[in-house]
Amino acid sequence: MSIILDKVNYVYSEKTAYEIHALKDVSLKINDGEFIGIIGHTGSGKSTLIQHLNGLVKASSGGIYYNGQDIDDDDYNRKELRSKVGLVFQYPEHQLFETTVFADVCFGPKNQGLSRKQSELKAFTALRSVRLPEDYWYRSPFELSGGQKRRAAIAGVLAMEPEVLVLDEPTAGLDPKGRDEILDLVAKLHKERRMTVILVSHSMEDVAKYVGRLIVMNRGSVMYDGTPAEVFAHYQELEEVGLAAPQVTYLMHELRGRGIPANGTATTLEEAKQSILQAFSEKR
Amino acid sequence: MLRDITIGQYYPADSVIHKLDPRTKLMATLVYILSLFLFRNVAGFAAVTLWLALVIWLSKVPFGYMVRGLKAVVIILLITVLFNLFLTPGETLVSFWKLRITEEGLKNAAFMAVRLIYLILGSSILTLTTTPNQLTDGLEKSLKPLNKIHVPVHEIAMMMSIALRFIPILIEETDKIMKAQLARGADFESGNLVKKAKEMVPLLVPLFISAFRRANDLALAMEARCYHGGEGRTKMKPLKYKHVDFLVYLAAAGYFMAVILLRRLW
Repeated sequence: MSIILDKVNYVYSEKTAYEIHALKDVSLKINDGEFIGIIGHTGSGKSTLIQHLNGLVKASSGGIYYNGQDIDDDDYNRKELRSKVGLVFQYPEHQLFETTVFADVCFGPKNQGLSRKQSELKAFTALRSVRLPEDYWYRSPFELSGGQKRRAAIAGVLAMEPEVLVLDEPTAGLDPKGRDEILDLVAKLHKERRMTVILVSHSMEDVAKYVGRLIVMNRGSVMYDGTPAEVFAHYQELEEVGLAAPQVTYLMHELRGRGIPANGTATTLEEAKQSILQAFSEKR
Repeated sequence: MLRDITIGQYYPADSVIHKLDPRTKLMATLVYILSLFLFRNVAGFAAVTLWLALVIWLSKVPFGYMVRGLKAVVIILLITVLFNLFLTPGETLVSFWKLRITEEGLKNAAFMAVRLIYLILGSSILTLTTTPNQLTDGLEKSLKPLNKIHVPVHEIAMMMSIALRFIPILIEETDKIMKAQLARGADFESGNLVKKAKEMVPLLVPLFISAFRRANDLALAMEARCYHGGEGRTKMKPLKYKHVDFLVYLAAAGYFMAVILLRRLW
């Protein structure tokens, strides 16, 4: 079970003045159960890349294989693919349209052809798992706060019970508390349901804290692909393309520069704390 | 698929047409549209075609890009042609079942199709080579005299420019919402008319909400910058005619005379 991208290219508005080569020879293998972060600055092709994963965008050239099957085959069931690869867009609350939150979450399962009862059951489970308080369920989605709307929208995708969950900047525009809640929720889904999760983000701290594998996109190509520690070791190169490493990485390098034997590969606060404490206890 | 809509879009290029004063382009377009409905023979048709070809060539906008704008009107075009073809009285050429095609009908249908296609191509050159801002400025200045009879020229021009400006934004928004709903298993293609109309709800409701939100934001932003309509408003880049504009006026006048003459001669 995996998603394989083989030399995928994508060109927007081909042969016009607006032509953009959004993806260049992107080859990736996404294994089952991975938690992957994709970073890259605006226009690096992240959003275009993830829209290929469920067949919303057709590659200009190259192949995409889901569990070994070519998704561009004429007889491939792309509708089914979309319920297996759940894609949560940026600002997903903009897609809410039903009269109540609950009805909106039912939209996905209903499109899968499930009965009303089954759809409602799935909506129930999904709304529970995003921890949206029950008194909001039967209100209009537009009465909810930003963070609540976002959770309702994510529930709308979760209700389809996808095998792979792709989130495009799920924390954009949320306050720190809302951000942590969403990311903890995603991490929990990954852990408990062994879901493959792909998280597109701008925040180095976020991805460093949660993901097991980090892919850096730059100008439509994959620049780095590895564990956060491996990728952030290239913090100078990342800066050159307008990105940065988490703040603790800088701190650790600074400490090493001043002769303290701290571990330079720490990417999260917790790791940094451990290695600093260790360094000082060794000194003593 | 939605990116194919090119009506009202600006296409950046470095050409003579792009640099013309918007008022010149407006006037020339008006003359061109009038001429489309004046010609009635092959010679006139040739003159119009030549003029259009010249302008397209000068504008440096790829022809293929322009033709894409025609896709949107194919159905209207087809209906017009069919009606003209079958419903014009005159000498019968062919007849089958209850339908008959007359010589006049054939001629009318052909000219009507050409007129419609040329109309869209010609007017799309205006919007493809002129930024919405320029277009509004040009329109506002050309219509200034109407202010005397209390026509709110500035307001109309402003509304038009905002509408034009929002076409690409709304197209993009539609594309995004469509994809988001497709990702949730929505289906916008299959089914009969009633089912299709129902399937539009998940697309239209968010689209309307976002349009209202944008309108609200824009109104606030304009107010925050003390926008108060046309009275006493000055321009950072006032429109100024250049030599080339007068040449274009002359050329347009010459072209118009030629079309009228050709109409008289044959």
